[in-house]
Amino acid sequence: MSPARRTATAITVDLTLCKACGICRALCPRDVFDTDERGYPIVARPADCTVCFACEWHCPDLAIEITYADAPRAAKAKAGGA
Amino acid sequence: MPQPRRLIQGNEACAEGAIAAGARFFAGYPITPSTEIAEVLAVRLPQVGGHFMQMEDEIASIAAVIGASLAGIKALTATSGPGFSLMQENIGYAAMAQVPCVIIDVMRGGPSTGLPTEPSQGDVMQARWGTHGEHSIIALVPSSVRECFTLTVEAFNLAERFRSPVIVLSDACVGHMREAVELPTPDEVEVLERPQPGCDPDDAACRTPSADGIFPLPALGSAFAVHVTGLVYNLHSGAPATGDPNVAEGLGHYMREKIYHHRDEIVRVEELEMEDAEVAIFAYGSVARSAKAAMKWARAQGVKVGLIRPLTIWPFPTAAVEHMAEQVRTVIVPEMNLKQMSWEVQAAVAGRTRVVDYGRVDGKLIQPQEIEDLIKREFHYHHWEA
Amino acid sequence: MTALVDEGLLEHAPDDVRLPKVTLHGTSEIRDHLRSPKTLWCPGCSNGIVTRALIDAILSLKLDPRRTCIVAGIGCAGRITSYLDYSTVHTTHGRALAVATGAKAADPSMHVIVVMGDGDCAAIGGNHLIHAARRNIDLTAIVFNNSIYGMTGGQMSPTTFEGDNSTTSPYGNIEQAFDICELARAAGATFVARGTSWAYKQLVELFAGAIVHKGFAFVEAQAICPTYYGRQNRGADPTEMLRRQRDRSVPVAKYEPGAPRHHDSYPVGVLHHAERVEYTAAYAALQQRASKAAGE
Repeated sequence: MSPARRTATAITVDLTLCKACGICRALCPRDVFDTDERGYPIVARPADCTVCFACEWHCPDLAIEITYADAPRAAKAKAGGA
Repeated sequence: MPQPRRLIQGNEACAEGAIAAGARFFAGYPITPSTEIAEVLAVRLPQVGGHFMQMEDEIASIAAVIGASLAGIKALTATSGPGFSLMQENIGYAAMAQVPCVIIDVMRGGPSTGLPTEPSQGDVMQARWGTHGEHSIIALVPSSVRECFTLTVEAFNLAERFRSPVIVLSDACVGHMREAVELPTPDEVEVLERPQPGCDPDDAACRTPSADGIFPLPALGSAFAVHVTGLVYNLHSGAPATGDPNVAEGLGHYMREKIYHHRDEIVRVEELEMEDAEVAIFAYGSVARSAKAAMKWARAQGVKVGLIRPLTIWPFPTAAVEHMAEQVRTVIVPEMNLKQMSWEVQAAVAGRTRVVDYGRVDGKLIQPQEIEDLIKREFHYHHWEA
Repeated sequence: MTALVDEGLLEHAPDDVRLPKVTLHGTSEIRDHLRSPKTLWCPGCSNGIVTRALIDAILSLKLDPRRTCIVAGIGCAGRITSYLDYSTVHTTHGRALAVATGAKAADPSMHVIVVMGDGDCAAIGGNHLIHAARRNIDLTAIVFNNSIYGMTGGQMSPTTFEGDNSTTSPYGNIEQAFDICELARAAGATFVARGTSWAYKQLVELFAGAIVHKGFAFVEAQAICPTYYGRQNRGADPTEMLRRQRDRSVPVAKYEPGAPRHHDSYPVGVLHHAERVEYTAAYAALQQRASKAAGE
């Protein structure tokens, strides 16, 4: 299933675990994150997330969790094909 | 039904003692004069469902022993001086992490390569202090082939009961001698096991110490998911706690007390003809055999000499030596080293008794005659007439 | 030809070098296998990424966490023993493989995974690596290779490259770096792989393949140390360091066969896979022979 068929329903960053390394913001291919003045990530554009998991997998502190749903077109295609 | 008498070598008796105690893992490296222990166990262990490994060096040997013990199997290694030196770091790990295990050191002439085929008693201080840091240790000293068996069994029992490495200090003479002995039968051998938790992993009560004050040691791969480390750690959880000085202080004191609080049960000493002795001989290991002969010669002359023979050298038999100091005017300490135990005897007598030390480091046994000469001089010194 | 695999994991058995299928898990499921998710590792240290990949592999294979044992040495990687919620043993520097050998010999049905740093594995522990591989004992050995000694403040390691700076090579390292995968293979390891912290899913697959493999399985996980290696060499931005792994790693099928690894180009994937009788299985057969002979 290609990433475009999924949308993120929640992008959670646990700031008590985050060490502001900047990997999530730098790796994100869709520029979903901004950073605050201390370098901690802000989920600025969650609607742009294509659920590639680059941030979640590469967060060294297990601070990020993406929950997602199939995009409406993909869900319909799935139902139709069943 | 009594066992038949067997002509058996000291090293072989150590190996059989280990098996009788329930040991089922040996990892070691060949080194004279201990190699027979490995060779016997290479044959015997797989026969009884146990595991023998020759590792790549002594460091790997003691490391594998620690791993096997943590996995729940009684484990031992055997070596001599150079290998014993290599093992020191991991012996300290076993002391710190409280891993039950037995290390048999069949002492030979040292230091370094020294006299590979000759006996010495040069490792007795190393057995106490060979590894860095403040730690406690238990060390036993056999004087006979039978004791090679019985003290190896005792070493395992102490290791399991107190969750400690225990060293058996044999030497090239005791290890290689052969004696006709009647070994204990399996039902005569008392075997102790390490404390186990008596409840579910989620129950906090599982982590509480036994009546001896020893914390349970569940095996690796059990529901308890133990954490074992050489860092300073919390006794209840096992988790490293290097940031809290109180934990470090508490752990250090606990490590000492768990052994020294039970000193009276751990320390075993044989006293011969001490009731009316005026002069004592303090001797251990193969030297004790000569000392006993010298004592018997003295008694035959009507001279009041007694023998104090520690079977446990660490913790040092302070109580027995202090008691002796109240009674005798002189204690003779013959050793195949230069004063290693004599210093401990001096500390324990605290000036109440004269200490005469006598040492040889030439790899030759101290003969009864040499100790007899010391006794003669002792009594002559006090103007005793034959 | 029967592949020697763990019977209990047969459904995941690799056919030749094909790796087990893995499913990647969400952060909450990963955290279930941690005693504490808060680690002492530096910001941007890849140890957390590699740890996640290991847990992901364990979850994918549905290993029983209570029958899983981690043995680690001393160094930043060794601190994994505080975090993973399995039986964990934090041993002395360089000796993890020897401790693990004893544990596995004593309880062969336990999954024993050994975590080492590059110094831990290839410097002080080098001899134990050679012999564990030679024995082909069923351990999964993972090296978190960041080419530096991080815990002690940035000294060179046997995998630091020629010319690299470190606190003990202030004029540039003049020693050649080990190719630890080549060392493991030459010593007898029957599964040898290299992955990177960059290519996360591949790393999970390689870990799963190593765990399933019955024999000595060795995985080099290329890691990054921004704080010490990065600052002393070519920059400390962790994402840049990860991207360099992307740029330097070459799929093994495309890498010149038999060629050594270089600093800026190295093969990734399963580098070697062979079948040879595994140590604990051979010893079990030996025990049978010994008991039979004793009974006669």
